[in-house]
Amino acid sequence: MKNKKVYEEKFFRVLMLLSTLIIATALVLIIFSVLYKGFPALSWEMLTQVPKGGFYFGREGGILNAIVGSVYLSTGATVLAISIGLPLALYMNIHLVRKGKLVNILRFILDLLWGVPSIVYGAFGFAVMIYFGVRVSLLAGTITVTLFIIPIMVRAMDEVLKSVPVGLLESSLSLGSTRAETAYRVFFRQCLPGLSTAVLLSFGRAIGDAASILFTAGFTDYIPTSLSQPTATLPLSIFFQLSSPIPQVQERAYASAVVLIIIILLTSTLSRMFSSKYQNNKINF
Amino acid sequence: MNNAVMVVRRIRIGRLLQDRLHGFWMQMCLVLVFVLPLILASGMLYKSLLLLESIPLTELLFSKEWKPMSGRFGFYTFVVSSVWVTLLALLIAGPICLLTAIHLTQYAKTWVLRFMHPVIDILAGIPSVIYGVWGILVIVPFISNYLGPFLGKSVSGYSILAGAIVLAIMIIPFILNILIEIFKNIPPELSEASMSLGAGKWQTIKLVQIKKALPGIISAFGLGMSRAFGETIAVLMVVGNVTQIPKGLFQPGYPLPALIANNYGEMLSIPMYDSALMFAALILFVVVLVFNFASRFIIIKSEKYLV
Repeated sequence: MKNKKVYEEKFFRVLMLLSTLIIATALVLIIFSVLYKGFPALSWEMLTQVPKGGFYFGREGGILNAIVGSVYLSTGATVLAISIGLPLALYMNIHLVRKGKLVNILRFILDLLWGVPSIVYGAFGFAVMIYFGVRVSLLAGTITVTLFIIPIMVRAMDEVLKSVPVGLLESSLSLGSTRAETAYRVFFRQCLPGLSTAVLLSFGRAIGDAASILFTAGFTDYIPTSLSQPTATLPLSIFFQLSSPIPQVQERAYASAVVLIIIILLTSTLSRMFSSKYQNNKINF
Repeated sequence: MNNAVMVVRRIRIGRLLQDRLHGFWMQMCLVLVFVLPLILASGMLYKSLLLLESIPLTELLFSKEWKPMSGRFGFYTFVVSSVWVTLLALLIAGPICLLTAIHLTQYAKTWVLRFMHPVIDILAGIPSVIYGVWGILVIVPFISNYLGPFLGKSVSGYSILAGAIVLAIMIIPFILNILIEIFKNIPPELSEASMSLGAGKWQTIKLVQIKKALPGIISAFGLGMSRAFGETIAVLMVVGNVTQIPKGLFQPGYPLPALIANNYGEMLSIPMYDSALMFAALILFVVVLVFNFASRFIIIKSEKYLV
């Protein structure tokens, strides 16, 4: 009887170890296989040129249009999302701090919006664009992505701001500052590392998402010079190149995937650095 | 003297104005979040009304006939594909997540935690198109070159199974994060009481902790499923996209999000096609809504009765 107990625990511990290993291996495998396939095809020319004639048949050119387009689009979306998300997150934790029920409803709605697949945002955005007669453009893509990342950003910021003790709010208000001042001079500074992590997280989401911009941002071989022009993006560039039957083009898709992975890893490392480095400037309780 | 009072007053008015203006902007943002789901839902409903008025809902969901040219829109094949892929992904990801969550919260040493934390974070941050690339590079060849022949079948690899494996890896970080949170929040007194009554560590986990965490586990799986249900690009790249009811794991399928992504650009000339695709998006939205409400409900219910 006793033996059975011991063996059962051993058995499950092995299983647990195994599943932990599976997860770690999956990550290593994903990154390694993409880097292994993509690095040989990566060249300086690819990073610095826009597609030239016959690019999609394996001729010369690069994916600069997609890189710049992606950066434009996700930076724009992140900035827009900050200007809506940051006030909202602060509002939830300062003005509404005594209205727990409302805040909980709000959190639920945000979680719900977070769960909505990005393709739904994309399809909805496209329908709205048709309705108003707007063409695919950088602006339309940016707005769609903004809507898509707002819930992510607000919830991430909210998690950070939630941890600020009420005492800090009370002492700031009792010293005579308005709630807006409390929000930006006290809460914002106190939570800066966490907030910047939230921003970078949303940026990563914005740059990696393909389904929401599939119909809204379009695709072009040129770098957009105004908001009303369509723009290429990295995920879509990977997707389109990969569906080509020509091996050289496919190899370029892998190379583009390397570029995207490097951007994502950079953002993720940066956010990790932020959250550890500026921890010292916090008021500790 | 008078001057100083004026200055003070002006500064005060400036500050208050700033506060008011800012409060107004904050409220606008708040309203936006409250209104956004309503706009999304009503917009999609409005667009799919055209389809819903001409074809009854039961026929839309249970008819297998998909002929947009002649106005036949049966979503059954796509719904079945979606359900297959999603359930299979959960079947793969669920046990792995549960075991890993228990391992990380109960047994693991600090260095394992320190290593696994970034791993989960990065896994969660990898874009879905990269998962798709990985699926094409690794999973699809693996199925067609090893798994298929091993089972005595010749398959292309672009299949329900490939989609499910890729999806499983994608939802693992999502489910795992929720599960870890749940296991961390179980009061330690419960385990202490159990152990002081003579139960071993594993018995405590099995009989006390998992029981206590069960509603949370179910809702985590539910949320993971709803996430998997709407995932588009990665699945689209490996699942094969053939309009047929998949009869086995190695057959290609055509889930709903892939249907939208593949057809939405070029549907304008066919009557009701865009309405049909909007209806597909509406299905996704409703499924996510239902899963979110259900998992919330399970957690709230359990907190009332299980404490």
